[in-house]
Amino acid sequence: MPRWGMVIDLDRCTGCGACMAACKVENNVQIVSIEESQRGRRMHWLRLLTETSGSYPDTQVRTAPNLCMMCDNPPCTKVCPVHATYLGADNLVGQIYPRCIGCRYCMAACPYSVKVFNWSASPPPPGMESILNPDVSVRPQGVVEKCTFCYHRLQAAKEVARAENRPVRDSDYQPACVEACPADAMVFGDLDDELNLVAQLSKTVRAKRALEHLGTEPKVYFLERRDAQV
Amino acid sequence: MPRFEPSSTQDEVLFRPIEQPASRNFQLAVVALGSIVLFAVFMYVRQLVRGLAVTGMMQPVTWGFYIISFVFFIGISHAGTLISAILRITQAEWRRPITRMAEVITAIVLAIGGLHPIIDMGRPDRLLNVFLSGRLQSPLLWDVASITAYFAGSTVYLFLPLIPDVALLRERNKKHRWLYDFLSWGWQGTERQWQVLHRAINIMMIVVVPIAVSVHTVISYIFAMTLQAGWHSTIFGPYFVVGAIFSGIAALFVAMIAFRSAFGLQAYLKPVHFQQLGKLLLAMSVLWTYFTFCEYLTGFYGSEPAEMKTLLYKTGGRYAPLFWTMVICNFVVPLALLSHRKLRTIPGILAASIAVLIGMWLERLIIVVPSLENPRMPFLTHLYFPSLTEISLFAGAAALFALGFIVFAKFFPIVSVWEIQEGRALALQETEERVSSYLPDEEVARA
Repeated sequence: MPRWGMVIDLDRCTGCGACMAACKVENNVQIVSIEESQRGRRMHWLRLLTETSGSYPDTQVRTAPNLCMMCDNPPCTKVCPVHATYLGADNLVGQIYPRCIGCRYCMAACPYSVKVFNWSASPPPPGMESILNPDVSVRPQGVVEKCTFCYHRLQAAKEVARAENRPVRDSDYQPACVEACPADAMVFGDLDDELNLVAQLSKTVRAKRALEHLGTEPKVYFLERRDAQV
Repeated sequence: MPRFEPSSTQDEVLFRPIEQPASRNFQLAVVALGSIVLFAVFMYVRQLVRGLAVTGMMQPVTWGFYIISFVFFIGISHAGTLISAILRITQAEWRRPITRMAEVITAIVLAIGGLHPIIDMGRPDRLLNVFLSGRLQSPLLWDVASITAYFAGSTVYLFLPLIPDVALLRERNKKHRWLYDFLSWGWQGTERQWQVLHRAINIMMIVVVPIAVSVHTVISYIFAMTLQAGWHSTIFGPYFVVGAIFSGIAALFVAMIAFRSAFGLQAYLKPVHFQQLGKLLLAMSVLWTYFTFCEYLTGFYGSEPAEMKTLLYKTGGRYAPLFWTMVICNFVVPLALLSHRKLRTIPGILAASIAVLIGMWLERLIIVVPSLENPRMPFLTHLYFPSLTEISLFAGAAALFALGFIVFAKFFPIVSVWEIQEGRALALQETEERVSSYLPDEEVARA
């Protein structure tokens, strides 16, 4: 079975936000009101972290997409009281919305702050109902959700593979963010397949994982910016 | 013949608040507290409809006032059972007028504290999932288990010593006879019944101690089991237990002083009781300070970046005013007021207790929020400020506690009548025998 993982080249990332938008639309992530957003309740499964350094005019802005790291040793699944977040058979961290009791313990436990909570349930803005993705369930008020590596796409790929009587191949599916990246900064695939670009990139010197020292074993790798290596 | 028989004609003053018609002050208090509680209920229903958006919580501060109240109120509950059990086990004779109040605090406050995780839940309608698909590996399940056990244990522990008093009320009273009839559980005061009662109390007082310790340890584990800076600490278990007993004694003092003046119990709650328990409060203050020092020094000396960021945020950043107020309330004030006999008077103790209650509430706040406001990732962080809903639910919880207490006091004696009478009848002799048994035998002395 493939071990799905992602490599994000921070040298290629332009900070355009296409991944963020693609994710939001693909996964029917709730669009909250402006007031709610200003209160810090905007919802993203993938958000761009920005870090500004230096002072004007030598300001440097660095961006990096922040999404579920799909840890092999996830701190969030350990604490869930009801088995609503779990490390599944595909080695991906899942979230069962109809079971989640909304205690937000997993959010407190996640060192990457990638889980989001449905503080309220506002209907989609006018016109948006028609573009909801039918493959992804809409989450009710009061539950935690997060990036799934577009698991619904994997499920579709699995069905095709079953129909063709073959195992799921590495090239069978891509999450929406990877597909949308115009700079080709995101690469997705099987981390265990040595012939695959993801596997090769993840073993280069530049490949780092966020908060690696915590031992969470994330499956998302970042290729450090070359200017940061000095 | 039983060793001693409690009398329903002595200690009139303890029965008076139950038998007299409700005073104007009592009615006013019930109405005032009741309306605060009702308002809180209204705000909670509003939260149920609108979702947790009515709170001040957000990303990344996903826990706020509710979890603070949860830790704080359950902490207060340690006043009771634990202190009463320890005083019984050590045969501290001055415990007699105090134990009942301590036990009542536990039972009421524990029920209130236990509600808070449910109030905090995004989907309280799915509460049963905790039982249907509960994961025993989750610290939250440990909490469910130990709080339930503690609630069961402490209500039994409150009820057992209440039985003989209920029987006295049954003898005296015309009012609410059915209630006392039912609750006295067929108590006749036979020798066999006394034996069983004493045995049951003796078993319960031992059983509740480890349960009580486990409760706050497990609550600390909710935080300590995560990897977050400022939470992931081995000292948290005992640190929380110490803080819990500390705030519990302070709450007990406030209750004792309030009922002493409201019911005219000066003859029962004497300065000596305050002196003795005041020493315990002082000891807990020093112990709490020691734990705080250990916790912060370890973080500071190791100076791991994430840990350091949170630590400086608490001691020198946005939370500095609250942090140093906490140190003053929990250490400086109790130390100043309680270490000298002259200052360890009832007003002094009341001031120290209120300071400790404020300080311990701040401590819970300073544990919960700053760690969440400082996520490890360079996250656009927001600052937490509670909303009206959260504040009114806190006020509602505090009011419900006071209301529960005064309603209890309207139906049952707030000082254990039979234990006072037992003390009068038997304890003097027993204590004399016990003390002489500590000394060398007389033949040895003569030889």
